[in-house]
Amino acid sequence: MNLVVVTAGLSKPSSTRLLADRLAAAARERLAGDEPVEVHVIELRDLAVDIAHNLVTGFPAGALRTALDTVKAADGLIAVTPIFTASYSGLFKSFFDVLDNTALAGKPVLVAATGGTARHSLALDHALRPMFVYLRAIVVPTAVYAASEDWGSGGDVHTDGLGLGERIGRAAEELAGLMLRRTPAPPEAASDKVVPFEQQLAALRPR
Amino acid sequence: MQFGIFTVGDVTTDPTTNRTPSENERIKAMVTIALKAEEIGLDVFATGEHHNPPFVPSSPTTMLGYIAARTERLILSTSTTLITTNDPVKIAEDYAMLQHLADGRIDLMMGRGNTGPVYPWFGQDIRQGIPLAIENYALLHALWRQDVVTWEGRFRTPLQSFTSTPRPLDGVPPFVWHGSIRSPEIAEQAAYYGDGFFANHIFWPKEHFQQLINLYRERYAHYGHGTPEQAIVGLGGQIFMRRNSQDAVREFRPYFDNAPVYGHGPSLEEFTAETPLTVGSPQQVIDKTLTFRDHFGHYQRQLFLMDHAGLPLKTVLEQLDLLGEEVLPVLRKEFAAGRPSDVPDAPTHASLLARRDTAPVVA
Repeated sequence: MNLVVVTAGLSKPSSTRLLADRLAAAARERLAGDEPVEVHVIELRDLAVDIAHNLVTGFPAGALRTALDTVKAADGLIAVTPIFTASYSGLFKSFFDVLDNTALAGKPVLVAATGGTARHSLALDHALRPMFVYLRAIVVPTAVYAASEDWGSGGDVHTDGLGLGERIGRAAEELAGLMLRRTPAPPEAASDKVVPFEQQLAALRPR
Repeated sequence: MQFGIFTVGDVTTDPTTNRTPSENERIKAMVTIALKAEEIGLDVFATGEHHNPPFVPSSPTTMLGYIAARTERLILSTSTTLITTNDPVKIAEDYAMLQHLADGRIDLMMGRGNTGPVYPWFGQDIRQGIPLAIENYALLHALWRQDVVTWEGRFRTPLQSFTSTPRPLDGVPPFVWHGSIRSPEIAEQAAYYGDGFFANHIFWPKEHFQQLINLYRERYAHYGHGTPEQAIVGLGGQIFMRRNSQDAVREFRPYFDNAPVYGHGPSLEEFTAETPLTVGSPQQVIDKTLTFRDHFGHYQRQLFLMDHAGLPLKTVLEQLDLLGEEVLPVLRKEFAAGRPSDVPDAPTHASLLARRDTAPVVA
């Protein structure tokens, strides 16, 4: 079982990475069973220059290529971004811009974000969720937002009394559930992707 | 094995002098470069077709007809002819005319064009790019092979008893390559017709093009044109040379750093490591070009991009001298070594004519 974590925090250490690690640990715990669980963490900060180059040249070089392949091979993904200017960070979006748009199809994805204020928490549902829906991922119902105050408090009336720890647990439970029930698609052979030419021609004949 | 150059025809400011050539200068420079290509012993000159600034070659057959009149041996080609936005009837006529004027020294490379706004200028829609490429080429293919064509399709007005004139020289249609950067459908199309497949092979890592070429080879055999190894493959490449490798790097760097396609991105060193670009001595160009055969198998045509990114004409001509004197003779010898006898050369008018005349007559 292959769990991949993409985190777009910019400082080191970052609260975004901290949230990503908490989510990964919680998911790993719930995935533990007969099959070993491998967790790969991708820090987008380390790939920032490669990502910018990919935007310019149209192809991923070196470490970015490895990271994109890792995401493609994932059984489940945890994607965590800081909220900047009311949405995901540009770096976070750029990574998913250069990812093949079929790489996440049918895969469970847990979305999470950090921010200075809880007022931006809906960015998860207004920005991250639609983006992953476009990529045909299966986004787990619970998205986890950690504002500055969440790191030092329990739950409140707006989170049904659930503190950050409990919300992490609930989201991880949902992710693990989807990952355990998922049947991975068989890998495509190159020639499977080609529509035979007669068929392409026939599709164009006047009706 | 054929060697040649292909040009995009961009008008780009020289970043070292801040000087921008006029369209007239650039057009004349392209012609000078083509004539130089014949002089140094290259086999092929191919021009792009573009309909938006900063590119000048909107009318390839006009340019190639002029070059044909001033050359003896050079094969004139395109890189690429827009099969999507050009009327296939006009392509059939224009290139048959060129073929006559050039005594058969022409072929074409079909491409779709990836600039969205260009399509509506010619009454088309980029979302129909692949279907246009398929339907238009099917019509072009028929127009060159059947004297009278009655046809109906989705994208142009029907034809009733239409004869495209002039008929191809000696009744032998020009050989066609299909160029693609990313579409397996085009590799499939080239394989279906037994046409050539050209991978642009610049800007991107080889692994990407290996997939497309392997697919083309496999499907070429599937359609019964020969073995996968006998499929007709062409590759692009991009080089800048000086006798001393360090001089080449120093001189080319500002052009690289400001190049329209990849400039302001990765460093020259990163890009040469990841893509087929070679900047260095003639020996380095030879070494890297020879690796193409290892990656793609024995192939038929190698075209280099040499005149873009604002390089002045004088520099391009010096590059061509180096190519002709130091690189070409070695590449010809090395590519011939170990080439199996059943791997064909790229078809030419003469070889296609000979093939037709020796083909068994079907009753």
